[in-house]
Amino acid sequence: MSGASAGAPMIVARAVREGRATMTPWRALVDIAVIAERTLIGYTRIPEALFFSSVQPVMFVVLFRYVFGGAIATKAPGGYVNFLMPGIFVQTVAFGAVATSIGLAEDLQKGIIERFRSLPMARSGVLAGRTIADLCRNIVVVAIITGVGYAVGFRVLTNVGGYFAGILLLLLFAYALSWGFAVIGLSAPNSETAQVMSFPLLFPLTFASNAFVPVQFMPGWLRGFATYQPVSQTVAAVRALMLGGVTADHVVQTVIWCFSILVVLAPLAVWRYRTRA
Amino acid sequence: MGSAVEARDLRKTFKGGVTALDGVSFAVETGSVFGLLGPNGAGKTTAVRILTTILRPDSGSGRVLGHDVVKEAAAVRASIGLAGQYAAVDENLTGRENLRMIGQLSHLKRRAASLRADELLERFELSDAANRPLKTYSGGMRRRIDLAAALVDQPPVLFLDEPTTGLDPYSRIALWGVIEALVGEGTTVLLTTQYLEEADRLADRLVVVDHGRVIAEGTSSELKSRLGATVLDLEMGDAERAARARAVLERRFGDAPVVRGSVVAVPLDEGPRLVMDALSVLDSAELVPLTLAVREPSLDDVFLALTGHGASEENEGAEVVA
Ligand SMILES: Nc1ncnc2c1ncn2[C@@H]1O[C@H](COP(=O)(O)OP(=O)(O)O)[C@@H](O)[C@H]1O
Ligand SMILES: [Mg+2]
Repeated sequence: MSGASAGAPMIVARAVREGRATMTPWRALVDIAVIAERTLIGYTRIPEALFFSSVQPVMFVVLFRYVFGGAIATKAPGGYVNFLMPGIFVQTVAFGAVATSIGLAEDLQKGIIERFRSLPMARSGVLAGRTIADLCRNIVVVAIITGVGYAVGFRVLTNVGGYFAGILLLLLFAYALSWGFAVIGLSAPNSETAQVMSFPLLFPLTFASNAFVPVQFMPGWLRGFATYQPVSQTVAAVRALMLGGVTADHVVQTVIWCFSILVVLAPLAVWRYRTRA
Repeated sequence: MGSAVEARDLRKTFKGGVTALDGVSFAVETGSVFGLLGPNGAGKTTAVRILTTILRPDSGSGRVLGHDVVKEAAAVRASIGLAGQYAAVDENLTGRENLRMIGQLSHLKRRAASLRADELLERFELSDAANRPLKTYSGGMRRRIDLAAALVDQPPVLFLDEPTTGLDPYSRIALWGVIEALVGEGTTVLLTTQYLEEADRLADRLVVVDHGRVIAEGTSSELKSRLGATVLDLEMGDAERAARARAVLERRFGDAPVVRGSVVAVPLDEGPRLVMDALSVLDSAELVPLTLAVREPSLDDVFLALTGHGASEENEGAEVVA
């Protein structure tokens, strides 16, 4: 096992080496891109995982559209399916954020994060790269769900601009959630636990919301939470952008939620990443 | 030459109260191979993690090529390669993709990283498997790709945490050859191991660690001369006969023979002559061993000689609770 020499280690002069240790914005971007690429390649190598992660939202579409839909009264223009789809969009990206936490917990378990931490990388590189990869994955999933929605009768009632504005807002929310779930992934002892730890957060957020049923049918004590929590605000904003109605208020609320989540949880995630023993 | 790596009074207690390092100091001379020898749980990995900037010590300090591992972590990271105890590579990526990724994260240009990846794949005889995801690699191949990943940036200082644990004898010897070649090129290596044989073969100097403390230090021949080169194991059948055998052997060998279960171990520090002496002493006492074996001293023997207790997990557990 000698063959081509690996080169004398001192070839890379000390000054050059120490120069490489200096972080620049460009290097940070390269780190983020390399990690994002690595994560996305990983997703394509396990197509089953990608396939089944879109099967679940499709099943929710079918379940609510055809099983529960008839029993849920809404005043949404175009009927329940139009009310439902924005909810499905948001629920899908919210459940998708679990992938961020599972992925990071797996990386920790496998020891690759230890290696990353021993490299002269940007401190936020691993987390920013993964969350961006998860954003790309979300774009694919959202496209699939849009297709399924159209197949079961969903129609955008505003215009193409409204649809894309809604999707953009949705992706912002997904990105913010990804950082939140990164904190869980970096705190869990293993990937199974990361998954179990995520659900007690996800279920109240997605089901005690306006995603599937209008909040006015909920008891008073729940209605306050169900109206103002981030999933509901995002659903309301996406609904307004795609179906019409009062928009600005919900959009502003959603953007505030997203930035609040990012401002608080992104630094927390980076701190967890750096200091986890 | 000066020290490439220096640990000064490192201490680390984990949440939950386990003290992994309880004041560990050593220095690794530039261009040498340094061994950190100790049983499972001794604190080897914790020391490596601190010196590679992954973990902060509670107190004490570490330096790599003169850079402080806490205050100048970035400079340290640019000078080191790490191959961990568990092959830390991306399972879903191919061998080539893994090495290229590490190269890019070490801030080589994409093209330079690709070239370097191919060079290393060839060197480690992984060219044929270069485009297969690591999931399909054998244990030995994984260790090789992990070691290759540590070498991507041609680091002057290399940390190898139990590089051969879990490998079959053939792969182990092959990996030793690779490490020896690296050392020939001037790399400073800090290596941890549970195997005395490995430390003996690779390390110029070594420290023996136990429960987070250095309990012995020297060259491996210095340590071995304190232990007796080889060991004669006499299987006596049961503990009672073993104890009687030890008693009669004591007259000739002093307190050197030790009993472990039904086996009496006699260090052969004066060569084969002692085998004959031991057998004739036992013969005259009518204590004929069932089987006998002559073997190299193990880490367990080192521990018995240095601490009076074996290197087994039970001992460790007991101390942790205490
Ligand atoms: N992250 C951790 N959290 C808590 N305890 C740990 C952690 N890492 C190691 N330990 C404990 O510290 C001790 C030393 O561990 P380690 O450095 O891994 O030993 P070695 O590498 O010599 O086997 C062990 O008792 C181990 O259980
Ligand atoms: Mg270890």
